[in-house]
Amino acid sequence: MALLVSYSLRNLLARRMTTALTAGGMALVVFVFAAALMLAEGLRATLVQTGTAGNALALRKGSKSEIESVVDRGIAALVETRPEIARDADGSPLAAREVVVLINLAKRGTGEASNVMLRGIGEKSLGLRPQVRLKSGRMPRFGSLEIIAGEGVARRFKGAGLGEKLRFGMRQWTVVGIFDAGATGFNSEIWGDVDQFMNAFRRNAYTLILVRLAREDALAAFQAGLGADPRLQLDVKAETVFYAEQSEMMAKFLKILGVSLTAIFSIGAMIGAMITMHAAVAGRTGEIGTLRALGFPRRSILWAFVLEALFLGLLGGSVGLLAASGLQLFTISTMNFQTFSELAFGFALTPGIVLLSLAFGTGMGLLGGLIPALRAARIKIVDALRAA
Amino acid sequence: MSVPTAPAGDGSASPAIDIRSVSKSYTRGQQIVPVLQDVSFHIARGEFVALMGPSGSGKSTLLNLIAGIDRVDSGSILVGGVDITTLSESELARWRSRSIGFIFQFYNLIPVLSALENVELPLLLTPLSARERREHAKAALALVGLSDRLDHKPSELSGGQQQRTAIARAIVTDPDILVADEPTGDLDRVSAGEILDLMAGLNANLGKTIVMVTHDPRAAERAHLVRSLEKGLLIDDNGGDGGGNGNADPALHP
Repeated sequence: MALLVSYSLRNLLARRMTTALTAGGMALVVFVFAAALMLAEGLRATLVQTGTAGNALALRKGSKSEIESVVDRGIAALVETRPEIARDADGSPLAAREVVVLINLAKRGTGEASNVMLRGIGEKSLGLRPQVRLKSGRMPRFGSLEIIAGEGVARRFKGAGLGEKLRFGMRQWTVVGIFDAGATGFNSEIWGDVDQFMNAFRRNAYTLILVRLAREDALAAFQAGLGADPRLQLDVKAETVFYAEQSEMMAKFLKILGVSLTAIFSIGAMIGAMITMHAAVAGRTGEIGTLRALGFPRRSILWAFVLEALFLGLLGGSVGLLAASGLQLFTISTMNFQTFSELAFGFALTPGIVLLSLAFGTGMGLLGGLIPALRAARIKIVDALRAA
Repeated sequence: MSVPTAPAGDGSASPAIDIRSVSKSYTRGQQIVPVLQDVSFHIARGEFVALMGPSGSGKSTLLNLIAGIDRVDSGSILVGGVDITTLSESELARWRSRSIGFIFQFYNLIPVLSALENVELPLLLTPLSARERREHAKAALALVGLSDRLDHKPSELSGGQQQRTAIARAIVTDPDILVADEPTGDLDRVSAGEILDLMAGLNANLGKTIVMVTHDPRAAERAHLVRSLEKGLLIDDNGGDGGGNGNADPALHP
């Protein structure tokens, strides 16, 4: 009934200040709620995009992340012989042997140390990762102490800018290029010649083998082929799946943290809504009596006040969500403790988060408004009229 | 016995309201305070009755019982042949929406709604379409002389205009009975006179049965019949225009 809906809305408008303050409290809670979900989603999206469809990764069996993996040179050579791997024009396999090393670098500004992932790349690494583009400078020469830095690293760490020098692995490295890897985890890495890195860090095994499959559906055959050879002991995964898994723990942590924090905050906001709605009921007892005398059943009174509380929650939810959507302009960098490296990612708003946040806001309004609305519906008519 | 079409002073018509041995008490703390004690009388169709008596005499309680917004302890009240004391909560609400028009001392308009919307309110409980509701509400406001105040909020209307709006709301569903609790209690003399004229007109022209609680002797003068209560008992009273004798009931003289 349009008139009853507008009755509820107009009552909210009639006490603008109270409405604004109550909705403001709920908006803050929804803001935190949405922000936590957006953060988890942003992390997930970043890591999922890090992988490229059609690529497969081979790591040591049982490795949960790249840094745990070790792949011997001999095994790497065997992997590259598989027929499922795509070949380039000269018939060599589209495969890259890479090594991943964690180092400690000082941040610009604070000087605080943080982990950065080094990736020793092969000649074909860049071709296998079309999302990575050189933004400025040039590619490192293989066989030299030259490196390129992801945009995020270049910006945040001392000595990682174009033309600057970094010291690690007891050697001095020159940053000759900056690459842009979009919203992927590579943006937070430093790349250089795989053999130079292995020398510098005294490694004699690779971390992983990255290959381009000849056909996207060849993954099962590739896995089966490698699995059948007992010498290899490898886990083979689609690159996209591997990186998605990397985000799981962190995303779950962010979600649980965010949701449990907002659950606590929301109690405060609901009490606020309850006080507001109790005051609304108390201030309109006479009106309730009048409506009931006119023949409106208890149900209608209940609805009018529940509706009012729902609007209040929806208003709070919308404002909070609007504020949270502004967070998409910011980038967060944090330690992904699944890989122990610095990772930069943004807040991502999805339709699912929009719905969830609005539902959360209206849910708070509903819970806060229900008890006062029930009380309003239960008042005896003569008592209510006496209050008019 | 014939049903009068005009205000009937003779009271011999089939009663619109038949009150039979009604008792009602309230509990205040531990104490039980009797408000009405074995009250019986009837009000004829098309009658205009004033209920008078000092504060605490039970007149408002009696009005509330007739209007179906309060419950009797014992006894029964028949309105238009329906024993409303046997109705359930929701049946009673539905019955009120169809059969009773309320006029309150402080108008009891909804402050956030316009005059037109206030009058439209009781029609939300009918199957009328939105357009029909608006038409009915406009007609009711025209009848009380407020066609030029449709979009005004109650706070933008004078006391007299607010009470007229309330009267329009009371008659918009075309109920047989209007109950008025001190309808002139909050108005100046001129406005009060206009409201009483309006009510007398509704009684005379539309045949509405009106039950009015009042302290104001001038208001009581406009009624055809005055019934007085004292300490919860109906006392014989000839303060009306003399039309009350037909309503004499043995129960009135315990």
